[in-house]
Amino acid sequence: MKRKPLWLGARAVALTGYLVFALFPLYWIVKIALTPNKSLYSEALLPFPTSVTLENFANVFANTPFPTYFLNSVIVSLSTAFFATVLASLTAAAFSRYEFKFKNTIAFVLLLTQFFPLVIVLVPLFRVLVGVGLVDNLWGLIVVYTAINTPFATFLMKSFFDAIPRELDEAAMIDGCTRIQALLRVILPLTLPGVAATLGFVFTGAWSELLFSLMLINSESQKTFAVGLLSFIQKGAVNWGQMMAASTIALIPVILFFGFIQRYLIRGLTAGAVKG
Amino acid sequence: MATTVTRTTQPKPRALQVLLEPYLYVSPTLLLLGLTLFVPVLIGIYYSFIHFVVYEPLNRGFAGLENYIKAFNDPIFWLSLRNTVVWTFSSLVFQLLFGLGLALLLVTPFPGQKLYQALVFLPWAVPAFLSGLTWSWLFNPVIGPLAHWAAALGLLPNADNILADPGIALIGPIIANIWFGIPFFAITLLATLTAIPKEMYEAADMDGASSWQQFRFITLPYIAPTIVITALLRTVWIANFSDLIWVMTGGGPADATQITSSYIFTVAYNKLDYGYAAAISVILLVLLVLYALIMLRLRNRLEVTT
Repeated sequence: MKRKPLWLGARAVALTGYLVFALFPLYWIVKIALTPNKSLYSEALLPFPTSVTLENFANVFANTPFPTYFLNSVIVSLSTAFFATVLASLTAAAFSRYEFKFKNTIAFVLLLTQFFPLVIVLVPLFRVLVGVGLVDNLWGLIVVYTAINTPFATFLMKSFFDAIPRELDEAAMIDGCTRIQALLRVILPLTLPGVAATLGFVFTGAWSELLFSLMLINSESQKTFAVGLLSFIQKGAVNWGQMMAASTIALIPVILFFGFIQRYLIRGLTAGAVKG
Repeated sequence: MATTVTRTTQPKPRALQVLLEPYLYVSPTLLLLGLTLFVPVLIGIYYSFIHFVVYEPLNRGFAGLENYIKAFNDPIFWLSLRNTVVWTFSSLVFQLLFGLGLALLLVTPFPGQKLYQALVFLPWAVPAFLSGLTWSWLFNPVIGPLAHWAAALGLLPNADNILADPGIALIGPIIANIWFGIPFFAITLLATLTAIPKEMYEAADMDGASSWQQFRFITLPYIAPTIVITALLRTVWIANFSDLIWVMTGGGPADATQITSSYIFTVAYNKLDYGYAAAISVILLVLLVLYALIMLRLRNRLEVTT
């Protein structure tokens, strides 16, 4: 292709524009989190703070319930990632390695769950969970999040299983493995990168969920980060610095996981086809 | 093959076990989805036909179409449908255009591209509630610059928070949604663009085709199917995606920014009218299914004619 200097210049401008648009909002959060409280209102609109401090972060850890919220979100997201990945691996193994009746129907049912408005199950699910004592309980969230994330995780895991040649199963079985031994000892170790990516995607999804967590959690001790942050704001006395510091802290785990699942983004986004 | 070898040595129950294996693997997932998603959907449909307001425990029972008639006569419900259309299509169009632009920029490699991609795709990883909060703070004139910039450019008469103005408040969540959704389209389209054979462009170059002609007659036809399918799936997803609206405006001011799914949440969570919330959910579900069917029909017809 032809490369005119003008075109290259325009390209550089466009690339810079995208980068600024993507990062500016996050930069602003971190900037305000680092601005000392006394100069917040005088300097709020400056592009750079004249001095920086970690007092807001220290305050969040020492004087707010955010450490509890953070811990709750970690527990819920890790457990959801674990359970959804186990269920998804089983289902994906069946889809990828077996022919059986109703296979297409079951796949269609899984796909269907990605389309219907989840708000429709919000109230009924709430009532069901009240009945079994899982409302206002982290386990209730884990069950719901696992259900929401398993279909997408299944399609993702299936793409990883499909990438492993079937000859390997056959070779293992000729060597005396049963079908299940071949899966567990030969195929599963080869899908470990896929398992890790699936864990990462589900973790991110569970960490981000808001509406179910609002509906199902009430007490301070069980609040996830999303609900905690919102209720903190709704209480009125707004401490901007602390809120921005808390938000920055909430970003850290997802950014870590995001760096980790970068390589699998295309697969992840196309697997569920509709995964946000 | 292995099975024929083992069949002679293995006792019969084994064969049955092998036959049942796949069902064994899928059943935990199906059980969980059945209990937490499909049964509740049925319960939800049932709720839509009963009078079910939490603080009216004595006035509960079969109500026929009461909740549906209520929706028909509820101006906020109609407004929410209109807002859903505006919200979904304006978000989708800009996400798609900007996402395509970014993908086209990324398809030619440049130094530092890996790091650049990691940073420019970052908004996708930001949890929706944080995206919403971040953007509502940016729009807030006390600590955010956007209102001041808009006023300086003459876009706004004063440096006021657009989220507080019922006439234009919906623009706020839409901008946040565009920011959040560009990476999705960029990543998906980049994958498709990378798959276009280089030879096609080389041949076009030799024939003297301009860059625009190459885009129009090679790139666009190649990526069109991906665009259609992703946009179709994405429409349904965005229509259901109310987190940003809930966080940024709570559907307000005065319900001006309610989309149908955020309105359902408001009715269930704030007004505690479970029956009515269920009825609007059912209507939304039916509308989305109809939309998907019409789109599939159009797509089939498009394929027949071209």
